[in-house]
Amino acid sequence: MAITTTTSPSNVTVVTVEGQLIVANRQELKQALADALDEGARKFVVDFGPTAYIDSSGLGALVSVNKKVREAGGELRLAGLNEDLRSLFELTKLDTLFAISNTAPEALEGF
Amino acid sequence: MSLQLAAARVPSPEPGRARFRLVLPTELGLVGEAVEAVVTCCELPDALAQRDRFRLRTVSAEAIANAMCYGNCEDPERMVTIDVEVSIAAITVQVTDEGAGFDPASVPEIVDEQDCHEAISGRGLFMIRHLAEQVRFNRQGNIIWVTLTRC
Repeated sequence: MAITTTTSPSNVTVVTVEGQLIVANRQELKQALADALDEGARKFVVDFGPTAYIDSSGLGALVSVNKKVREAGGELRLAGLNEDLRSLFELTKLDTLFAISNTAPEALEGF
Repeated sequence: MSLQLAAARVPSPEPGRARFRLVLPTELGLVGEAVEAVVTCCELPDALAQRDRFRLRTVSAEAIANAMCYGNCEDPERMVTIDVEVSIAAITVQVTDEGAGFDPASVPEIVDEQDCHEAISGRGLFMIRHLAEQVRFNRQGNIIWVTLTRC
């Protein structure tokens, strides 16, 4: 399980979640995004392409960081949700909070 | 903290059912490893369908994290016991904590869209109830049984 941060040529911060986003590593995601915000980043994509599952604390962390990004005048988009994860976002109505793209490159295109 | 977690097989009174037990300390860093140990047990009789593997991982992570955070109040001296019963037809995960218990009926569901968009917590039980076929608690509220019917 790993959370990695890269910056695209168009200056979008891409945070990739490998394995799972759960109570054990949600703080790592929040810190990665907070650090990038502090450094001036305002455009974010969280890539769930290599993510197997997300628990409720992971969803809560996403809601929390999204609020901080918006308050700073930025935008956070999601990408790479498989069918199961997408259904989880629909179940929790978070699919209507986030812009969700099929892949990270697709999410970057629109930014 | 990291352990090589593996559930131990325990005797089952019924043929066609396998039972496993895993006991671990309250340590949030172990939740992911415990979830994978549960999945490994359930893969033994027959490989899980992808959808079942996703549901099993998600409900197990929720139940174990709830036991550690709310049941055991993150006290590392308190243990969490995970019992898994596997058959070809269904999987039941039982999670027991050493806390005082709670009343699951007292946990409000987040249904309003505005609340869904703002709530940082409160989705766990809701997710378990929607992903599993059956959810039960003991009277004290420190044991949860989650049953998934296999696809």
